[in-house]
Amino acid sequence: MTSSRSVLQAVQPTGALDVERIRADFPILKLKVNGKPLVYLDNAASSQMPQQVIDRLVRYQTAEHANIHRGVHYLSETATAAYEGARAKIQRFINAKEAREVIFTRGTTNSLNLVMHGYGRAFIGAGDEIVVSQLEHHSNIVPWQMLCEERGAKLRMIPCNDAGELLFDDYRKLFNSHTKFVAIAHVSNALGTIVPVKEMIAVAHQRGVPVLVDGAQAVPHMKVDVQDLDCDFYAFSAHKMCGPTGIGILYGKAALLEKMKPFEGGGDMILSVTFEKTTYNVIPHKFEAGTPPIAAGIGLGATIDYLESVGMDRIAAHEHDLITYATDAFRQLNDVRIVGTARDKAGVLSFTVKGVHPHDVGTILNEEGVAVRTGHHCAQPVMQRFGIPATARASFYLYNTLSEVDALVAGIHRVQKIFG
Amino acid sequence: MDSKNLYQEVILDHNKKPRNWGKLADASHQAEGLNPLCGDHIWLSLKLDGDRVGSIAFEGESCAICKASSSMMTTNVKGKSIDEAEQLIREFRDMATGKLDTGSQPNHLGRLSVFAGVRDLPSRVKCAILPWHTLHAALNSEATISTEGDRDPVATADS
Repeated sequence: MTSSRSVLQAVQPTGALDVERIRADFPILKLKVNGKPLVYLDNAASSQMPQQVIDRLVRYQTAEHANIHRGVHYLSETATAAYEGARAKIQRFINAKEAREVIFTRGTTNSLNLVMHGYGRAFIGAGDEIVVSQLEHHSNIVPWQMLCEERGAKLRMIPCNDAGELLFDDYRKLFNSHTKFVAIAHVSNALGTIVPVKEMIAVAHQRGVPVLVDGAQAVPHMKVDVQDLDCDFYAFSAHKMCGPTGIGILYGKAALLEKMKPFEGGGDMILSVTFEKTTYNVIPHKFEAGTPPIAAGIGLGATIDYLESVGMDRIAAHEHDLITYATDAFRQLNDVRIVGTARDKAGVLSFTVKGVHPHDVGTILNEEGVAVRTGHHCAQPVMQRFGIPATARASFYLYNTLSEVDALVAGIHRVQKIFG
Repeated sequence: MDSKNLYQEVILDHNKKPRNWGKLADASHQAEGLNPLCGDHIWLSLKLDGDRVGSIAFEGESCAICKASSSMMTTNVKGKSIDEAEQLIREFRDMATGKLDTGSQPNHLGRLSVFAGVRDLPSRVKCAILPWHTLHAALNSEATISTEGDRDPVATADS
Protein backbone atom coordinates (compact mmCIF):
# COMPACT_ATOMS: atom_id res chain seq x y z
CA MET A 1 0.00 0.00 0.00
CA THR A 2 3.06 2.25 0.12
CA SER A 3 2.76 3.17 -3.53
CA SER A 4 -0.89 4.09 -3.28
CA ARG A 5 -0.17 6.28 -0.27
CA SER A 6 2.48 8.15 -2.19
CA VAL A 7 0.03 8.62 -5.04
CA LEU A 8 -2.51 10.02 -2.63
CA GLN A 9 0.04 12.53 -1.40
CA ALA A 10 1.15 13.44 -4.88
CA VAL A 11 -2.34 14.46 -6.01
CA GLN A 12 -3.06 16.35 -2.82
CA PRO A 13 -6.76 15.59 -2.74
CA THR A 14 -8.98 18.01 -0.90
CA GLY A 15 -9.24 15.34 1.79
CA ALA A 16 -12.96 15.87 1.73
CA LEU A 17 -13.64 12.51 3.30
CA ASP A 18 -12.09 10.02 5.66
CA VAL A 19 -12.56 7.30 3.05
CA GLU A 20 -11.19 4.45 5.14
CA ARG A 21 -13.72 5.19 7.86
CA ILE A 22 -16.51 5.27 5.30
CA ARG A 23 -15.34 2.02 3.71
CA ALA A 24 -15.61 0.33 7.09
CA ASP A 25 -19.37 1.00 6.95
CA PHE A 26 -19.78 -1.08 3.77
CA PRO A 27 -19.37 -4.81 4.49
CA ILE A 28 -19.48 -5.79 0.80
CA LEU A 29 -16.29 -3.83 0.12
CA LYS A 30 -14.34 -6.46 2.06
CA LEU A 31 -15.11 -9.04 -0.64
CA LYS A 32 -12.42 -10.61 -2.73
CA VAL A 33 -13.24 -11.24 -6.40
CA ASN A 34 -11.05 -13.70 -8.28
CA GLY A 35 -8.65 -13.54 -5.37
CA LYS A 36 -8.29 -9.75 -5.62
CA PRO A 37 -9.85 -7.07 -3.44
CA LEU A 38 -13.14 -5.93 -4.95
CA VAL A 39 -12.81 -2.57 -6.71
CA TYR A 40 -16.40 -1.55 -7.19
CA LEU A 41 -16.70 1.05 -9.94
CA ASP A 42 -20.23 0.37 -11.16
CA ASN A 43 -22.01 2.86 -8.94
CA ALA A 44 -23.96 4.55 -11.72
CA ALA A 45 -25.74 1.23 -12.21
CA SER A 46 -26.25 0.50 -8.53
CA SER A 47 -24.40 1.44 -5.36
CA GLN A 48 -23.58 -0.54 -2.21
CA MET A 49 -25.35 -0.33 1.13
CA PRO A 50 -23.80 0.72 4.46
CA GLN A 51 -24.31 -1.38 7.58
CA GLN A 52 -26.45 1.41 9.08
CA VAL A 53 -29.06 0.95 6.34
CA ILE A 54 -28.82 -2.85 6.43
CA ASP A 55 -29.41 -2.68 10.20
CA ARG A 56 -32.45 -0.45 9.71
CA LEU A 57 -33.96 -2.96 7.26
CA VAL A 58 -33.36 -5.80 9.71
CA ARG A 59 -34.79 -3.82 12.64
CA TYR A 60 -37.93 -3.01 10.67
CA GLN A 61 -38.42 -6.58 9.56
CA THR A 62 -37.61 -7.91 13.02
CA ALA A 63 -39.77 -5.68 15.18
CA GLU A 64 -41.85 -3.14 13.23
CA HIS A 65 -43.48 -4.81 10.24
CA ALA A 66 -47.15 -4.69 9.39
CA ASN A 67 -49.08 -3.19 6.52
CA ILE A 68 -49.19 0.58 6.65
CA HIS A 69 -52.13 3.01 6.74
CA ARG A 70 -55.57 2.34 8.22
CA GLY A 71 -54.32 -0.22 10.74
CA VAL A 72 -55.35 0.45 14.33
CA HIS A 73 -52.92 -1.97 15.93
CA TYR A 74 -49.48 -1.24 17.32
CA LEU A 75 -47.36 -2.68 14.52
CA SER A 76 -49.33 -1.02 11.75
CA GLU A 77 -48.99 2.34 13.49
CA THR A 78 -45.27 1.77 14.03
CA ALA A 79 -44.71 0.85 10.39
CA THR A 80 -46.85 3.77 9.17
CA ALA A 81 -44.93 6.23 11.34
CA ALA A 82 -41.59 4.93 10.05
CA TYR A 83 -42.73 4.96 6.41
CA GLU A 84 -44.22 8.46 6.60
CA GLY A 85 -41.17 9.52 8.60
CA ALA A 86 -39.04 8.47 5.64
CA ARG A 87 -41.21 10.59 3.35
CA ALA A 88 -40.58 13.60 5.60
CA LYS A 89 -36.82 12.95 5.48
CA ILE A 90 -36.90 12.84 1.68
CA GLN A 91 -38.92 16.05 1.59
CA ARG A 92 -36.27 17.78 3.68
CA PHE A 93 -33.40 16.19 1.75
CA ILE A 94 -34.52 17.56 -1.63
CA ASN A 95 -36.13 20.65 -0.04
CA ALA A 96 -39.64 19.99 -1.31
CA LYS A 97 -42.17 22.45 0.05
CA GLU A 98 -44.52 19.79 1.37
CA ALA A 99 -44.33 16.07 2.17
CA ARG A 100 -47.37 15.37 -0.04
CA GLU A 101 -45.26 16.38 -3.03
CA VAL A 102 -43.07 13.32 -2.44
CA ILE A 103 -44.49 10.18 -4.05
CA PHE A 104 -43.01 6.76 -3.41
CA THR A 105 -42.53 4.77 -6.62
CA ARG A 106 -40.64 1.62 -7.60
CA GLY A 107 -37.74 3.64 -8.97
CA THR A 108 -36.81 6.34 -11.47
CA THR A 109 -38.22 4.46 -14.46
CA ASN A 110 -41.50 3.99 -12.65
CA SER A 111 -41.51 7.70 -11.69
CA LEU A 112 -41.00 8.78 -15.31
CA ASN A 113 -43.75 6.46 -16.49
CA LEU A 114 -46.04 7.83 -13.80
CA VAL A 115 -45.60 11.34 -15.22
CA MET A 116 -46.13 10.07 -18.76
CA HIS A 117 -49.41 8.37 -17.80
CA GLY A 118 -50.67 10.82 -15.20
CA TYR A 119 -49.63 14.09 -16.83
CA GLY A 120 -48.76 13.25 -20.43
CA ARG A 121 -51.89 11.31 -21.29
CA ALA A 122 -54.04 13.97 -19.66
CA PHE A 123 -52.46 17.08 -21.15
CA ILE A 124 -50.52 16.20 -24.31
CA GLY A 125 -52.35 15.65 -27.57
CA ALA A 126 -52.07 15.52 -31.36
CA GLY A 127 -49.53 17.93 -32.82
CA ASP A 128 -48.01 18.76 -29.43
CA GLU A 129 -44.25 18.52 -28.95
CA ILE A 130 -42.18 16.98 -26.16
CA VAL A 131 -38.52 17.96 -25.79
CA VAL A 132 -35.89 15.48 -24.53
CA SER A 133 -32.10 15.56 -24.83
CA GLN A 134 -29.64 13.42 -26.74
CA LEU A 135 -28.14 12.38 -23.39
CA GLU A 136 -31.22 10.64 -22.04
CA HIS A 137 -31.34 7.15 -20.62
CA HIS A 138 -33.84 5.01 -22.53
CA SER A 139 -36.23 5.33 -19.61
CA ASN A 140 -36.61 9.05 -20.36
CA ILE A 141 -37.09 8.47 -24.09
CA VAL A 142 -39.24 5.38 -24.52
CA PRO A 143 -42.24 6.46 -22.38
CA TRP A 144 -42.42 9.71 -24.37
CA GLN A 145 -42.17 7.83 -27.66
CA MET A 146 -45.04 5.64 -26.51
CA LEU A 147 -47.07 8.73 -25.68
CA CYS A 148 -46.22 10.36 -29.03
CA GLU A 149 -47.29 7.24 -30.87
CA GLU A 150 -50.53 7.03 -28.94
CA ARG A 151 -51.43 10.71 -29.21
CA GLY A 152 -49.87 11.78 -32.49
CA ALA A 153 -47.45 14.07 -30.64
CA LYS A 154 -43.87 14.73 -31.70
CA LEU A 155 -40.60 14.09 -29.89
CA ARG A 156 -37.90 16.78 -30.31
CA MET A 157 -34.26 16.30 -29.30
CA ILE A 158 -31.70 18.70 -27.81
CA PRO A 159 -28.35 17.79 -29.45
CA CYS A 160 -25.00 17.71 -27.66
CA ASN A 161 -21.49 18.68 -28.77
CA ASP A 162 -18.43 16.43 -29.02
CA ALA A 163 -17.74 16.89 -25.32
CA GLY A 164 -21.22 15.65 -24.43
CA GLU A 165 -22.58 19.07 -23.43
CA LEU A 166 -26.09 20.06 -24.49
CA LEU A 167 -26.27 22.91 -27.00
CA PHE A 168 -28.18 25.61 -25.19
CA ASP A 169 -28.98 27.72 -28.25
CA ASP A 170 -30.38 24.68 -30.04
CA TYR A 171 -32.49 24.01 -26.98
CA ARG A 172 -33.94 27.53 -27.05
CA LYS A 173 -34.76 27.18 -30.74
CA LEU A 174 -36.75 23.98 -30.19
CA PHE A 175 -39.54 25.90 -28.48
CA ASN A 176 -42.63 26.86 -30.43
CA SER A 177 -46.35 27.12 -29.77
CA HIS A 178 -46.69 23.31 -29.84
CA THR A 179 -44.08 22.65 -27.13
CA LYS A 180 -45.91 21.15 -24.17
CA PHE A 181 -43.30 19.36 -22.08
CA VAL A 182 -39.56 19.08 -21.41
CA ALA A 183 -37.95 15.91 -19.96
CA ILE A 184 -34.20 16.07 -19.26
CA ALA A 185 -31.55 14.24 -17.28
CA HIS A 186 -29.74 16.18 -14.54
CA VAL A 187 -26.59 14.08 -15.02
CA SER A 188 -25.92 11.82 -18.02
CA ASN A 189 -25.54 8.20 -16.91
CA ALA A 190 -23.39 7.32 -19.93
CA LEU A 191 -21.04 10.33 -19.97
CA GLY A 192 -21.33 12.02 -16.58
CA THR A 193 -22.22 15.43 -18.04
CA ILE A 194 -23.84 17.68 -15.46
CA VAL A 195 -26.67 19.39 -17.32
CA PRO A 196 -27.50 23.03 -16.40
CA VAL A 197 -31.08 22.11 -15.63
CA LYS A 198 -31.82 25.23 -13.58
CA GLU A 199 -31.16 27.51 -16.56
CA MET A 200 -33.01 25.14 -18.88
CA ILE A 201 -36.03 25.08 -16.59
CA ALA A 202 -36.07 28.90 -16.55
CA VAL A 203 -36.13 28.94 -20.37
CA ALA A 204 -39.04 26.48 -20.47
CA HIS A 205 -40.96 28.34 -17.78
CA GLN A 206 -40.69 31.62 -19.71
CA ARG A 207 -42.81 29.80 -22.27
CA GLY A 208 -45.10 28.19 -19.74
CA VAL A 209 -43.76 24.68 -20.38
CA PRO A 210 -43.36 22.29 -17.41
CA VAL A 211 -40.10 20.38 -16.93
CA LEU A 212 -39.41 16.88 -15.64
CA VAL A 213 -35.86 16.18 -14.44
CA ASP A 214 -34.45 12.63 -14.34
CA GLY A 215 -32.21 12.95 -11.31
CA ALA A 216 -31.20 9.29 -10.94
CA GLN A 217 -27.51 10.16 -11.39
CA ALA A 218 -27.65 13.49 -9.53
CA VAL A 219 -29.35 13.00 -6.16
CA PRO A 220 -26.81 10.40 -4.96
CA HIS A 221 -23.87 12.67 -5.70
CA MET A 222 -24.78 16.31 -5.10
CA LYS A 223 -27.10 18.55 -3.15
CA VAL A 224 -30.39 18.85 -5.03
CA ASP A 225 -32.91 21.53 -4.09
CA VAL A 226 -36.10 21.11 -6.09
CA GLN A 227 -37.44 24.53 -5.10
CA ASP A 228 -34.23 26.24 -6.15
CA LEU A 229 -34.28 24.37 -9.49
CA ASP A 230 -37.98 25.19 -9.77
CA CYS A 231 -38.50 21.86 -11.60
CA ASP A 232 -42.07 20.66 -11.96
CA PHE A 233 -41.16 17.00 -11.54
CA TYR A 234 -38.00 15.31 -10.28
CA ALA A 235 -37.34 11.55 -10.29
CA PHE A 236 -34.70 9.38 -8.60
CA SER A 237 -33.99 5.89 -7.20
CA ALA A 238 -32.83 4.73 -3.78
CA HIS A 239 -30.48 2.00 -4.95
CA LYS A 240 -28.09 4.40 -6.65
CA MET A 241 -27.65 6.31 -3.36
CA CYS A 242 -26.70 3.44 -1.03
CA GLY A 243 -30.34 2.48 -0.48
CA PRO A 244 -32.45 -0.57 -1.33
CA THR A 245 -33.73 -1.55 -4.78
CA GLY A 246 -37.44 -1.40 -5.51
CA ILE A 247 -38.06 2.10 -4.20
CA GLY A 248 -37.75 5.49 -5.80
CA ILE A 249 -39.25 8.93 -5.65
CA LEU A 250 -41.25 11.21 -7.83
CA TYR A 251 -41.32 14.79 -6.62
CA GLY A 252 -44.00 16.92 -8.22
CA LYS A 253 -45.38 20.37 -7.54
CA ALA A 254 -48.63 19.91 -5.62
CA ALA A 255 -50.69 21.98 -8.07
CA LEU A 256 -49.63 19.73 -10.96
CA LEU A 257 -50.00 16.47 -9.06
CA GLU A 258 -53.50 17.45 -8.01
CA LYS A 259 -54.73 17.90 -11.56
CA MET A 260 -53.09 14.69 -12.81
CA LYS A 261 -54.81 11.38 -13.34
CA PRO A 262 -53.84 8.36 -11.21
CA PHE A 263 -51.38 5.95 -12.81
CA GLU A 264 -52.52 2.71 -11.22
CA GLY A 265 -55.80 1.85 -9.55
CA GLY A 266 -56.13 -0.17 -6.37
CA GLY A 267 -56.05 0.03 -2.62
CA ASP A 268 -54.78 3.11 -0.79
CA MET A 269 -55.29 5.40 -3.80
CA ILE A 270 -59.04 5.84 -3.22
CA LEU A 271 -61.27 7.71 -0.80
CA SER A 272 -64.41 5.73 -1.56
CA VAL A 273 -65.41 3.02 -3.99
CA THR A 274 -68.85 2.00 -5.21
CA PHE A 275 -69.63 0.26 -8.46
CA GLU A 276 -71.04 3.56 -9.70
CA LYS A 277 -68.15 5.83 -8.81
CA THR A 278 -64.73 5.87 -7.23
CA THR A 279 -63.35 8.98 -5.57
CA TYR A 280 -59.57 9.19 -5.64
CA ASN A 281 -57.49 9.86 -2.59
CA VAL A 282 -55.51 13.05 -2.08
CA ILE A 283 -51.86 13.32 -3.10
CA PRO A 284 -49.48 11.61 -2.59
CA HIS A 285 -51.72 8.57 -1.94
CA LYS A 286 -53.57 9.01 -5.24
CA PHE A 287 -50.40 7.73 -6.90
CA GLU A 288 -49.55 4.99 -4.41
CA ALA A 289 -51.86 2.10 -5.20
CA GLY A 290 -51.29 -1.17 -3.39
CA THR A 291 -48.88 -2.17 -0.64
CA PRO A 292 -45.50 -0.53 -1.28
CA PRO A 293 -42.08 -1.99 -0.44
CA ILE A 294 -42.36 -0.66 3.11
CA ALA A 295 -38.96 -1.84 4.31
CA ALA A 296 -37.30 -0.29 1.26
CA GLY A 297 -39.03 3.03 1.86
CA ILE A 298 -37.89 3.08 5.48
CA GLY A 299 -34.46 2.01 4.27
CA LEU A 300 -34.37 5.03 1.96
CA GLY A 301 -35.01 7.20 5.00
CA ALA A 302 -32.05 5.60 6.78
CA THR A 303 -29.96 6.09 3.63
CA ILE A 304 -30.64 9.81 3.72
CA ASP A 305 -29.61 9.90 7.40
CA TYR A 306 -26.35 8.21 6.39
CA LEU A 307 -25.58 10.48 3.42
CA GLU A 308 -26.39 13.57 5.49
CA SER A 309 -24.09 12.39 8.26
CA VAL A 310 -21.27 12.28 5.71
CA GLY A 311 -22.39 15.48 3.97
CA MET A 312 -23.44 15.83 0.34
CA ASP A 313 -20.95 18.62 -0.33
CA ARG A 314 -18.09 16.49 0.95
CA ILE A 315 -19.26 13.52 -1.15
CA ALA A 316 -19.35 15.75 -4.24
CA ALA A 317 -15.87 17.11 -3.48
CA HIS A 318 -14.46 13.62 -2.98
CA GLU A 319 -15.95 12.37 -6.27
CA HIS A 320 -14.52 15.43 -8.00
CA ASP A 321 -11.07 14.40 -6.72
CA LEU A 322 -11.62 10.89 -8.07
CA ILE A 323 -12.81 11.91 -11.53
CA THR A 324 -10.04 14.50 -11.87
CA TYR A 325 -7.39 11.97 -10.88
CA ALA A 326 -8.84 9.25 -13.11
CA THR A 327 -9.20 11.57 -16.10
CA ASP A 328 -5.57 12.67 -15.78
CA ALA A 329 -4.42 9.06 -15.54
CA PHE A 330 -6.50 7.99 -18.55
CA ARG A 331 -5.20 10.86 -20.67
CA GLN A 332 -1.72 9.40 -20.24
CA LEU A 333 -2.81 5.99 -21.56
CA ASN A 334 -2.13 5.26 -25.21
CA ASP A 335 -5.02 4.23 -27.44
CA VAL A 336 -7.64 4.97 -24.81
CA ARG A 337 -10.42 7.40 -25.64
CA ILE A 338 -12.44 9.13 -22.95
CA VAL A 339 -16.03 9.48 -24.15
CA GLY A 340 -17.66 12.51 -22.54
CA THR A 341 -15.37 15.40 -21.66
CA ALA A 342 -17.82 18.02 -20.46
CA ARG A 343 -16.37 20.81 -18.32
CA ASP A 344 -18.97 20.06 -15.67
CA LYS A 345 -18.79 16.34 -14.98
CA ALA A 346 -19.93 13.96 -12.27
CA GLY A 347 -17.88 10.89 -11.26
CA VAL A 348 -18.46 8.92 -14.47
CA LEU A 349 -15.62 7.87 -16.77
CA SER A 350 -16.77 6.31 -20.03
CA PHE A 351 -14.01 5.07 -22.30
CA THR A 352 -12.98 2.83 -25.16
CA VAL A 353 -9.72 0.96 -25.68
CA LYS A 354 -8.59 0.94 -29.31
CA GLY A 355 -8.98 -2.47 -30.93
CA VAL A 356 -10.66 -4.06 -27.90
CA HIS A 357 -14.41 -4.48 -27.50
CA PRO A 358 -15.71 -3.04 -24.20
CA HIS A 359 -17.02 -6.46 -23.15
CA ASP A 360 -13.55 -7.93 -23.40
CA VAL A 361 -12.25 -4.96 -21.38
CA GLY A 362 -14.88 -5.65 -18.73
CA THR A 363 -14.16 -9.38 -18.54
CA ILE A 364 -10.43 -8.82 -18.10
CA LEU A 365 -10.95 -6.06 -15.50
CA ASN A 366 -13.24 -8.45 -13.63
CA GLU A 367 -10.37 -10.88 -13.48
CA GLU A 368 -8.53 -8.17 -11.53
CA GLY A 369 -11.49 -7.71 -9.19
CA VAL A 370 -12.43 -4.43 -10.89
CA ALA A 371 -16.17 -4.05 -11.56
CA VAL A 372 -17.08 -1.69 -14.40
CA ARG A 373 -20.10 -1.63 -16.68
CA THR A 374 -19.78 -2.29 -20.38
CA GLY A 375 -22.31 -1.78 -23.15
CA HIS A 376 -24.56 1.02 -24.33
CA HIS A 377 -25.66 1.94 -20.78
CA CYS A 378 -29.30 2.11 -21.92
CA ALA A 379 -28.36 5.24 -23.83
CA GLN A 380 -28.05 4.09 -27.43
CA PRO A 381 -28.63 7.61 -28.84
CA VAL A 382 -25.52 8.74 -26.93
CA MET A 383 -23.50 5.88 -28.43
CA GLN A 384 -24.81 6.77 -31.91
CA ARG A 385 -23.82 10.41 -31.35
CA PHE A 386 -20.23 9.32 -30.69
CA GLY A 387 -20.22 6.66 -33.41
CA ILE A 388 -19.49 3.73 -31.11
CA PRO A 389 -21.50 0.62 -30.23
CA ALA A 390 -20.57 0.63 -26.57
CA THR A 391 -18.14 1.86 -23.92
CA ALA A 392 -16.66 0.64 -20.69
CA ARG A 393 -17.73 2.86 -17.82
CA ALA A 394 -16.19 3.39 -14.40
CA SER A 395 -18.42 5.31 -12.01
CA PHE A 396 -17.35 6.48 -8.57
CA TYR A 397 -18.96 6.96 -5.20
CA LEU A 398 -18.10 8.12 -1.73
CA TYR A 399 -16.27 4.91 -0.77
CA ASN A 400 -13.92 4.77 -3.76
CA THR A 401 -10.24 5.63 -3.37
CA LEU A 402 -7.46 6.94 -5.56
CA SER A 403 -5.67 3.60 -5.21
CA GLU A 404 -8.75 1.94 -6.70
CA VAL A 405 -8.35 4.23 -9.70
CA ASP A 406 -4.75 2.98 -9.86
CA ALA A 407 -6.09 -0.61 -9.91
CA LEU A 408 -8.37 0.34 -12.81
CA VAL A 409 -5.47 1.85 -14.74
CA ALA A 410 -3.32 -1.23 -14.07
CA GLY A 411 -6.21 -3.34 -15.38
CA ILE A 412 -6.29 -1.32 -18.61
CA HIS A 413 -2.56 -1.92 -19.00
CA ARG A 414 -3.24 -5.64 -18.68
CA VAL A 415 -6.04 -5.47 -21.27
CA GLN A 416 -3.64 -3.80 -23.69
CA LYS A 417 -0.94 -6.33 -22.96
CA ILE A 418 -3.29 -9.27 -23.66
CA PHE A 419 -4.59 -7.71 -26.87
CA GLY A 420 -1.26 -6.12 -27.85
CA MET B 1 -13.38 -18.89 -14.48
CA ASP B 2 -10.07 -17.32 -15.08
CA SER B 3 -10.13 -15.05 -18.11
CA LYS B 4 -6.42 -15.79 -18.50
CA ASN B 5 -7.71 -19.17 -19.67
CA LEU B 6 -10.47 -17.72 -21.81
CA TYR B 7 -8.28 -15.27 -23.69
CA GLN B 8 -5.92 -17.94 -24.92
CA GLU B 9 -3.47 -17.37 -27.74
CA VAL B 10 -5.63 -19.14 -30.30
CA ILE B 11 -8.65 -16.95 -29.48
CA LEU B 12 -6.57 -13.77 -29.55
CA ASP B 13 -5.07 -14.85 -32.87
CA HIS B 14 -8.44 -15.48 -34.51
CA ASN B 15 -9.68 -12.16 -33.12
CA LYS B 16 -6.75 -10.33 -34.63
CA LYS B 17 -6.71 -12.20 -37.92
CA PRO B 18 -10.20 -13.57 -38.48
CA ARG B 19 -10.30 -16.34 -41.11
CA ASN B 20 -12.92 -16.36 -43.87
CA TRP B 21 -13.71 -12.70 -43.28
CA GLY B 22 -16.10 -11.09 -45.74
CA LYS B 23 -19.19 -11.90 -47.71
CA LEU B 24 -19.75 -14.56 -50.39
CA ALA B 25 -21.02 -13.08 -53.64
CA ASP B 26 -22.60 -16.40 -54.63
CA ALA B 27 -23.98 -17.48 -51.26
CA SER B 28 -26.77 -20.04 -51.25
CA HIS B 29 -27.59 -19.41 -47.57
CA GLN B 30 -27.11 -16.43 -45.29
CA ALA B 31 -28.21 -15.10 -41.92
CA GLU B 32 -27.67 -12.18 -39.59
CA GLY B 33 -26.94 -12.69 -35.90
CA LEU B 34 -27.52 -10.05 -33.26
CA ASN B 35 -26.76 -9.93 -29.56
CA PRO B 36 -28.62 -6.75 -28.52
CA LEU B 37 -27.26 -6.75 -24.97
CA CYS B 38 -23.64 -6.25 -25.97
CA GLY B 39 -23.99 -5.22 -29.60
CA ASP B 40 -22.38 -8.24 -31.24
CA HIS B 41 -23.62 -8.19 -34.82
CA ILE B 42 -22.48 -10.62 -37.51
CA TRP B 43 -23.45 -11.57 -41.04
CA LEU B 44 -22.83 -15.10 -42.18
CA SER B 45 -22.95 -16.34 -45.77
CA LEU B 46 -22.26 -19.82 -47.07
CA LYS B 47 -22.51 -21.83 -50.25
CA LEU B 48 -23.58 -25.44 -50.15
CA ASP B 49 -21.84 -27.89 -52.42
CA GLY B 50 -24.30 -30.76 -52.50
CA ASP B 51 -25.02 -31.35 -48.82
CA ARG B 52 -21.63 -30.02 -47.77
CA VAL B 53 -20.52 -26.54 -46.77
CA GLY B 54 -18.47 -25.58 -49.80
CA SER B 55 -17.51 -22.09 -48.76
CA ILE B 56 -18.39 -19.88 -45.81
CA ALA B 57 -17.62 -16.31 -44.74
CA PHE B 58 -18.57 -13.89 -41.98
CA GLU B 59 -18.19 -10.23 -41.16
CA GLY B 60 -19.53 -7.83 -38.57
CA GLU B 61 -18.76 -5.98 -35.38
CA SER B 62 -18.25 -7.89 -32.21
CA CYS B 63 -16.17 -8.63 -29.15
CA ALA B 64 -13.11 -10.88 -29.33
CA ILE B 65 -14.97 -13.93 -28.07
CA CYS B 66 -17.66 -13.65 -30.74
CA LYS B 67 -15.21 -12.88 -33.51
CA ALA B 68 -12.84 -15.72 -32.63
CA SER B 69 -15.75 -18.12 -32.24
CA SER B 70 -17.05 -17.09 -35.68
CA SER B 71 -13.65 -17.41 -37.28
CA MET B 72 -12.93 -20.82 -35.79
CA MET B 73 -16.42 -21.98 -36.66
CA THR B 74 -15.91 -21.17 -40.33
CA THR B 75 -12.63 -23.08 -40.51
CA ASN B 76 -14.22 -26.03 -38.71
CA VAL B 77 -17.42 -26.43 -40.70
CA LYS B 78 -15.96 -25.86 -44.16
CA GLY B 79 -16.22 -29.14 -46.04
CA LYS B 80 -18.51 -30.67 -43.42
CA SER B 81 -21.97 -32.05 -44.23
CA ILE B 82 -25.06 -30.25 -42.94
CA ASP B 83 -25.62 -33.04 -40.40
CA GLU B 84 -22.04 -32.79 -39.16
CA ALA B 85 -22.33 -29.01 -38.91
CA GLU B 86 -25.58 -29.29 -36.94
CA GLN B 87 -23.91 -31.77 -34.61
CA LEU B 88 -21.06 -29.31 -33.99
CA ILE B 89 -23.61 -26.57 -33.32
CA ARG B 90 -25.30 -28.73 -30.67
CA GLU B 91 -22.03 -29.76 -29.08
CA PHE B 92 -20.67 -26.21 -29.02
CA ARG B 93 -23.86 -24.93 -27.40
CA ASP B 94 -23.81 -27.72 -24.83
CA MET B 95 -20.16 -27.01 -24.03
CA ALA B 96 -20.74 -23.27 -23.63
CA THR B 97 -23.74 -23.79 -21.39
CA GLY B 98 -21.97 -26.36 -19.25
CA LYS B 99 -23.93 -29.43 -20.37
CA LEU B 100 -21.02 -31.03 -22.15
CA ASP B 101 -17.67 -31.57 -20.49
CA THR B 102 -15.24 -31.80 -23.38
CA GLY B 103 -12.63 -33.36 -21.13
CA SER B 104 -14.68 -36.40 -20.17
CA GLN B 105 -17.46 -36.78 -22.76
CA PRO B 106 -17.06 -37.76 -26.42
CA ASN B 107 -17.38 -34.89 -28.87
CA HIS B 108 -16.16 -33.52 -32.17
CA LEU B 109 -15.15 -30.06 -31.00
CA GLY B 110 -11.37 -30.46 -31.05
CA ARG B 111 -9.67 -27.07 -30.65
CA LEU B 112 -13.06 -25.40 -30.29
CA SER B 113 -12.92 -26.58 -26.68
CA VAL B 114 -10.83 -23.46 -25.93
CA PHE B 115 -14.21 -21.79 -25.52
CA ALA B 116 -15.24 -24.11 -22.67
CA GLY B 117 -14.31 -21.38 -20.17
CA VAL B 118 -17.28 -19.18 -21.11
CA ARG B 119 -19.54 -21.52 -19.16
CA ASP B 120 -18.38 -19.72 -16.02
CA LEU B 121 -19.07 -16.28 -17.49
CA PRO B 122 -22.83 -16.26 -18.08
CA SER B 123 -22.76 -12.79 -19.63
CA ARG B 124 -20.30 -13.99 -22.26
CA VAL B 125 -21.92 -17.31 -23.21
CA LYS B 126 -24.08 -15.60 -25.81
CA CYS B 127 -21.03 -13.95 -27.42
CA ALA B 128 -19.48 -17.37 -28.06
CA ILE B 129 -22.70 -19.06 -29.17
CA LEU B 130 -23.98 -16.32 -31.50
CA PRO B 131 -22.14 -17.44 -34.66
CA TRP B 132 -23.24 -21.04 -34.14
CA HIS B 133 -26.90 -20.08 -33.87
CA THR B 134 -26.46 -17.84 -36.88
CA LEU B 135 -25.09 -20.82 -38.78
CA HIS B 136 -28.07 -22.90 -37.67
CA ALA B 137 -30.38 -20.11 -38.89
CA ALA B 138 -28.59 -19.89 -42.24
CA LEU B 139 -28.76 -23.65 -42.77
CA ASN B 140 -32.46 -23.56 -41.94
CA SER B 141 -33.12 -20.48 -44.11
CA GLU B 142 -33.99 -18.13 -41.25
CA ALA B 143 -32.89 -14.61 -42.02
CA THR B 144 -32.19 -13.19 -38.57
CA ILE B 145 -31.56 -14.49 -35.10
CA SER B 146 -31.35 -12.55 -31.89
CA THR B 147 -30.09 -13.69 -28.52
CA GLU B 148 -32.91 -11.79 -26.79
CA GLY B 149 -36.64 -12.28 -26.53
CA ASP B 150 -38.82 -15.09 -27.86
CA ARG B 151 -36.21 -16.05 -30.37
CA ASP B 152 -33.43 -16.41 -27.83
CA PRO B 153 -31.88 -19.69 -28.92
CA VAL B 154 -30.19 -20.17 -25.55
CA ALA B 155 -33.48 -19.82 -23.70
CA THR B 156 -35.10 -22.23 -26.12
CA ALA B 157 -32.30 -24.69 -25.63
CA ASP B 158 -32.72 -24.54 -21.86
CA SER B 159 -36.50 -24.77 -21.76
